[in-house]
Parts: sequence; C-alpha cells; structure tokens
Amino acid sequence: MSEVTGGVEVEEEIGGTVKKFMFVNRKAPYGTIYALEGLEVVLISAAFDQDVSLVFLDDGVYQLKKGQHTKAVDMKNFSPTYRALEGYDIDKLYVEKESLEERGLTADDLVVDVEVLTAEEIAKLMAEQDVVLSF
Amino acid sequence: MLHTVNKSPFQTRNLESCLRHALPGSAVLLIEDGVYAALQDTPFADMVRKSMEQVRFYVLGPDLEARGMDPSKVIDGIEVVDYGGFVDLTVEYGTVQSWL
Repeated sequence: MSEVTGGVEVEEEIGGTVKKFMFVNRKAPYGTIYALEGLEVVLISAAFDQDVSLVFLDDGVYQLKKGQHTKAVDMKNFSPTYRALEGYDIDKLYVEKESLEERGLTADDLVVDVEVLTAEEIAKLMAEQDVVLSF
Repeated sequence: MLHTVNKSPFQTRNLESCLRHALPGSAVLLIEDGVYAALQDTPFADMVRKSMEQVRFYVLGPDLEARGMDPSKVIDGIEVVDYGGFVDLTVEYGTVQSWL
C-alpha cells in the first residue's frame, strides 16, 4: 500500500523502497516562511525512514548562523532544531562553499557540523537524487 | 535532471544559482516570470548563451504569450514548449529541481 504525499509515492511497509530525498534550502530565515516550513517537512520525512540529505545554499546558509535571537521580533527561533536532526538520523547536511564565502561566513559560524561542498559537488549530489524538494 | 526557474532574472539571482548547479547534459526550463531570461537583448542573454554550450534550454510558450512576449524574440537555440512538452521534459530528465 502506498500513500501519495505531495506527488511523491512513499512506501508504507517496513523494508519498502528507500528513496534518496534532497531538501534544498535557499531562503534566509524569518523574512519568509520557507525556511521554517522546509524544516517541518524534513522532520516529517524522518518518520518515513528515507535517505535524506539537506543542502543549504544562497541565502539558505543564513538559516544555520549561530547566535539567532528572535525574542524582539516575536518569532520562534528555530535554529536549535537543526541540532536535533541528528537524533532523527538526519546527518547529511551540506553547505555550499561559494554561498558561505560570498556572505563572509565559515563553517565555524554555523550551529551544526556540516560538510562544506563546492557548487559543482552539490550539483553532482543533486543529480544522484530520486526526489529534490526546494524551499 | 531538469531545472525550472520561475522568477525574473531582473528580480532575483535564481537563474544564476541554477546555472551554477546545472551539469552538462541537464536541462533548464524557464517558466512564469522566468521566461524573461529567454529573450534576446537582455543583460542575461550572454550568460544564457554561454550555458547553452552544455545545457539545453526550454521556455514555456503559454507563459511567453501571457506576458505579450514574441516567441520569435527568444534566443536562438532555446526551444519553446507547451504544457505537454513540459510534461515530456519531466519524464525525459527525471528529477526536477525548482529554483523558486
């Protein structure tokens, strides 16, 4: 039995098909709802035991910036959630080198351990996926 | 892999990001406001022409028409497709990445 979820067929039985899912995050947090919604979908995907990877590029790298304090804007600071992903067996986090450098950031500025890849390496990784979801 | 771009290149850098990640042999389909990047005589035409050496470009005809853009003003080598063609591309190229 399978259930259609956003156009993606997800096998429900244990031992069903495992697909390679990549979530591409390209928006800064708080200015739009994309980053938070994307993170919600990532957490949902964890329940389906799929091969999940996350990529952060363009303004998406700002989602992982250390030291976010959102009290004054009355929004939820969801950056600590990225640190919880490991507990859901989501540990493939990739950040684009060019995007970090353009913004004067390094991996040390980020809330989680990530693998920094070049645009070309990310392109190759993207091409290996079964499903790519963009936020 | 099929990449779609739906924003005007004058408004966002999505096209640029897309082209940075489009491997040789993949395809780019310009839709919605992304169709403006398919036209000759924009500051982006050279970037598109250069990418066309390795990546195939398509533009969605109904979106050109909706915006009053003449398909004959599309950069040479970009193929104009209809919705059926869009579906065919998703089948032919497999995975789709939307540069939203």
